[in-house]
Amino acid sequence: MEIANAFALLTNFVIIPSITYGAQLSLSALGVTIVFGILRFANFSHGELMSFGAMVTILITSLFQTKGINIFPIPTALLALPIGIIATIAIALLADQLIFRFYRKNRSKPIIFTMASLGLMFFMAGLIRIIIGPNEYSFADGARFLISFRDFKAITGWDQGIAIKQTQLITLVVTLIVVINLLWFIYKTRWGKAMRAYSDNEDLALLSGINPERVVLLAWIIAGALACVAGTLYSLDKIYKPFIFTQITLPVFAATIIGGIGQPIGAVLGGFVVAFSEVAVTYSFKKFLTYLAPTNWEPQGLVQLISTDYKYAVSYIILIVVLLLRPTGIIPGKTT
Amino acid sequence: MATGMTCGYGGTYIVNDCALWVNKGEIAVIVGPNGAGKSTAMKAVFGMLNLCSGSVVFNGDDITHLAPQERVRIGMGFVPQNRNVFVSLSVEENLEMGAFISDSNVSTLKEQVFELFPILAEKRNQLAGNLSGGQRQQVAVARALMTQPRLLMLDEPTAGVSPIVMDELFDRIVEIALTGVAVIMVEQNARQALEIADQGFVLVQGSNRFIDSGKLLLANEEVRRSFLGG
Repeated sequence: MEIANAFALLTNFVIIPSITYGAQLSLSALGVTIVFGILRFANFSHGELMSFGAMVTILITSLFQTKGINIFPIPTALLALPIGIIATIAIALLADQLIFRFYRKNRSKPIIFTMASLGLMFFMAGLIRIIIGPNEYSFADGARFLISFRDFKAITGWDQGIAIKQTQLITLVVTLIVVINLLWFIYKTRWGKAMRAYSDNEDLALLSGINPERVVLLAWIIAGALACVAGTLYSLDKIYKPFIFTQITLPVFAATIIGGIGQPIGAVLGGFVVAFSEVAVTYSFKKFLTYLAPTNWEPQGLVQLISTDYKYAVSYIILIVVLLLRPTGIIPGKTT
Repeated sequence: MATGMTCGYGGTYIVNDCALWVNKGEIAVIVGPNGAGKSTAMKAVFGMLNLCSGSVVFNGDDITHLAPQERVRIGMGFVPQNRNVFVSLSVEENLEMGAFISDSNVSTLKEQVFELFPILAEKRNQLAGNLSGGQRQQVAVARALMTQPRLLMLDEPTAGVSPIVMDELFDRIVEIALTGVAVIMVEQNARQALEIADQGFVLVQGSNRFIDSGKLLLANEEVRRSFLGG
């Protein structure tokens, strides 16, 4: 009984949130890693791209809501998502045409691309605040819980319950569909292989007749779509706030580097590593240990390694440890 | 095919009034001391650097101003000296990338290439980066063959491979030429390369020093003394 309660507690507060957050980070890191693989620079504007995608989805969602269009019990946001994806891809391609293509033609160094993406990040952050403002938006409608805390307790008779929010399940299902399709595209199709070939050896790809502008176009389409899906899922599950997406860039980059830069499967793994560490390190294990410990041995403190205020520090620490011990990441990635 | 080529990097001419040519089904070999501009001459033929003067003619057409990618499309296959395979792709995917622009049936083409390089058929699912040096060179040549070139250009295909593998590679190159492909290659192993060469070019300081058939160059006393080590 005590063990069951401890298990339920851990599942509800650590495992389920980590998996959900990990899935959201994985999708974001995939976008960063694909842009890095093809265009060879760290795209700092990816967080704002996510924010932009989520913003468009929110605007379309509220439009649908006022018109009474919905797909109850599934959130209206999923209906608006395709439009958000198209808008995000459009702005990514526009940014590429206006900014990055210029540096590509000049064969600029990666650091110049990175700095340009930093500028783009600030520009987009401003644009988003002009359009939607700096406030929070909660736009999840439809059924809220698949299994509520209370129902679970009623069914099992345990003291602790496991609640599964609908948005958590949606995050997982959508992530699964997106990742499987993306990996299939990259590893099995002609253009996917061409992207990997181009990422591996640009000159030889040219000698094989692969059109570099086509590959770059594809990379932005994929990155834009991934950013919009990740941004929407994150804000649907938690809340939409423009400022969050500036902060989330750090765990996303940590996930990308931990997985091995330019490695799609690595990015997915990296996302989960960061999410689990972040949640586990900032979770207070007091209650959990109380269930397991013999009577009177309950811990006095919170048994929380660090306060949740420092959760972004976790990404930093993992990042530094990985760079010190295994600089290439889980799956050896690119170095330049 | 290429005449009066003069080119170089940053104002200094590395290749000076140099001429190279090869006919269908024949093998031309470029030899010469280090720094003679062999690879540079080859790159110039492929359009990887601009000519200051001279011209490149392929199949009767002047292609002096064509970009390298365009040259691949009209039937020139190039195997660079370094980084000539996609290391993170499997052997089979390397070949598929070679046939990227080809409209014809990729799988029949692949089978033909696998027939020529049986070892690659065995290792088709391995990453090219995990192969030995000799096998990698085979992948590199095989990838270029998948573009169905009429002219195959090889920049030191035997660099860093063992003598046995080198003999085998040369055998394959002869077989490729027998199918009607023109082959032009730069080689460090001058003696062995000239043995299979229909046409030999000895380059010194970016200019033609000797042009003759491979056999005659091997018999030439001066060539042997100066370039083949006795």
